Amino acid sequence: MRQNTILIAVGALFFIVSACVFTVSETERAIKFRLGEVIETDFKPGLHGKLPFINNVKKFDSRILTMDSKPERFLTSEKKNVIVDSFVKWKIADVKTYYTAVAGDTNQANIRLDQIIKDAFRSEFSKRTIKQLVSSDRTAIRTALITLSTPIAVKLGIEIVDVQVKRIDLPSEVSSSVYRRMEAERERVAREFRSQGKEAAERIRADADKQRQIIMANAFRDAEMLRGSGDATAADIYAKNYGEDIEFYTFYRSMNAYQRTFRKPGDMLVVEPDSDFFKYFKKQK
Amino acid sequence: MSWNEPGGDKKDPWSGRKDENGPPDLDEVIRSFQEKLGGIFGGGSGGGDSEGGSIKGLGFLAAGAAVLWGLSGFYIVDEGTRGVETRFGAYSDTTQPGLNWRFPSPIDQVQIVDVQNVQVVEVGYRSGGRQGAGSVPREALMLTKDENIVDVRLAVQYQVKDAKNYVFNLLNPTATLKQVTESAERGVIGHSTMDFVLTEGRSEIVAEIQTEIQKVMDSYESGILITTVNLQDAQPPEQVQGAFEDAIKAREDEQRYINEAEAYSNEVVPVARGAASRKTQEAEAYKESIIAKATGEVSRFTQLLTEYKKAPVVTRQRMYLESMESVLSNTSTVMVDVKGSNNMLYLPLDKLGNRSANTTASNNANVQQPRSIPQKTSINNSSRTTTRGRDVRGR
Repeated sequence: MRQNTILIAVGALFFIVSACVFTVSETERAIKFRLGEVIETDFKPGLHGKLPFINNVKKFDSRILTMDSKPERFLTSEKKNVIVDSFVKWKIADVKTYYTAVAGDTNQANIRLDQIIKDAFRSEFSKRTIKQLVSSDRTAIRTALITLSTPIAVKLGIEIVDVQVKRIDLPSEVSSSVYRRMEAERERVAREFRSQGKEAAERIRADADKQRQIIMANAFRDAEMLRGSGDATAADIYAKNYGEDIEFYTFYRSMNAYQRTFRKPGDMLVVEPDSDFFKYFKKQK
Repeated sequence: MSWNEPGGDKKDPWSGRKDENGPPDLDEVIRSFQEKLGGIFGGGSGGGDSEGGSIKGLGFLAAGAAVLWGLSGFYIVDEGTRGVETRFGAYSDTTQPGLNWRFPSPIDQVQIVDVQNVQVVEVGYRSGGRQGAGSVPREALMLTKDENIVDVRLAVQYQVKDAKNYVFNLLNPTATLKQVTESAERGVIGHSTMDFVLTEGRSEIVAEIQTEIQKVMDSYESGILITTVNLQDAQPPEQVQGAFEDAIKAREDEQRYINEAEAYSNEVVPVARGAASRKTQEAEAYKESIIAKATGEVSRFTQLLTEYKKAPVVTRQRMYLESMESVLSNTSTVMVDVKGSNNMLYLPLDKLGNRSANTTASNNANVQQPRSIPQKTSINNSSRTTTRGRDVRGR
């Protein structure tokens, strides 16, 4: 009997204690209600007390949450469509406002946030060109988006930690023309390379041909000079020596010339016998 | 609190933990604890009570349960991990590798976080096991500063640098890291030109992306450290790769054209030099030979002249006769002795020529030394017949 009593007593004690305390984790924010009325929100993580049945506690995630919206089309200042994929990092700033504004529902908070951010995007994007959006103005856009959306987010009890643009893409019909342009550009580059190569090649060939011609011409010049000097030297030698007896030279040279000229059996001479050679041919003197 | 000391009751924490899971050992363990702790409880609650036995039993039971509960507070933190302890949800401590104790559940909770292993987030592709790397165009394609589109694939390696922040601050750190990476890489690529991304800028871009990711992740107090960012691939999109490859080929072609031309040049110029050298050498040879010839001829002449001067008449006559002999013996000769007799003389020169040519031809063919058998034709005033010619032919 007494054992049972003790067991029941321990059990009851445990039940009462567990109904009178609640814990708040590091990753949570909590609201304590008294019969539906919010009475306390500022709970530090740890163990806290409450009255069973009268008090009621609701907890919400206090970590940084993500609102990852679907890619959406926006118009830029040059009236071009861009597809933007972004995400928002947010966390609960004021848990009471958060509870009253969106009933503590993360999904509902995301939907509300999505609208706020999209409006901010729309107004920011319409001020800028694609080029500015893609390259230069990212930080400026981010700051502008945060400042634009913060006042509205505060009404939801939300703190916008960060807004980041993940992607800024061109619609598929535009990207195909971008591809065509890129192809054309490459073609231009390719042609430039090829014709530069041809240019250089032609230059090298022409230079080679030029060198060849010059070399050959110089060689011709040198050769003719050599031949000329040879001829001159030879003529000089002949003149000096043959000049000693011109009459004999003429005779000697004529004899040689006769021999050289008439040497083939086919050559025919018609001679009269009254030359010196035939002096003794007809009659013995 | 003796049960706080692992060595105190000769029961190491390993088996203590095992006991929780293994029912067969439970009784034995309880009994041993009852024996050891019995004295304390028995002494405290005893005091001559009539039903002391059963209460004592209950006491033992409760004590045993308490000890077991206490032992369940031991946990091991492995090398390369950290334990994050919370008491009633509030952060209390980050524990180092080794054996640790906390107040058991539900008072304290512990989360073990791996801070050593490097994990990877892939953006733009999935290295899906055996299927190989598959591209994810939605993540991989992005605009550059010059409004071109490039295909970039990144692998971000990270580890946990602060276990407490990692556990408490972000709902889904890995997904967040991926989002931040996408954003950061687009930011960096967006202010670089395509050529820079595809060629020399790779390492610079990677470094920039890493700093950017780290900056944003730190602003979230995520407790994540980016160890490396690997640019797996940066290339033009599939749709235009043909054109890009052609451009690369064109660069090669350019080199090829130049090389071919240089080959031509290397061939032509030396050949020309060779030919030029031949030309000058030939001229040199001509010069030398003509001088030599002149010297030779002149020398012959002067020597002969010396002798001629000694006996001019004889030498002259001899030379004349020898020359004429040589000339007439080598050629076909027609002697015409026509002085005063006939006004008309018919000489069938063409026939004579032909015959002699024919003869020569046949002679050339049959006889080795045609000139040794010269043909003499004598046309006499009276006979006007050729005599020897036929004989020669008949021979």
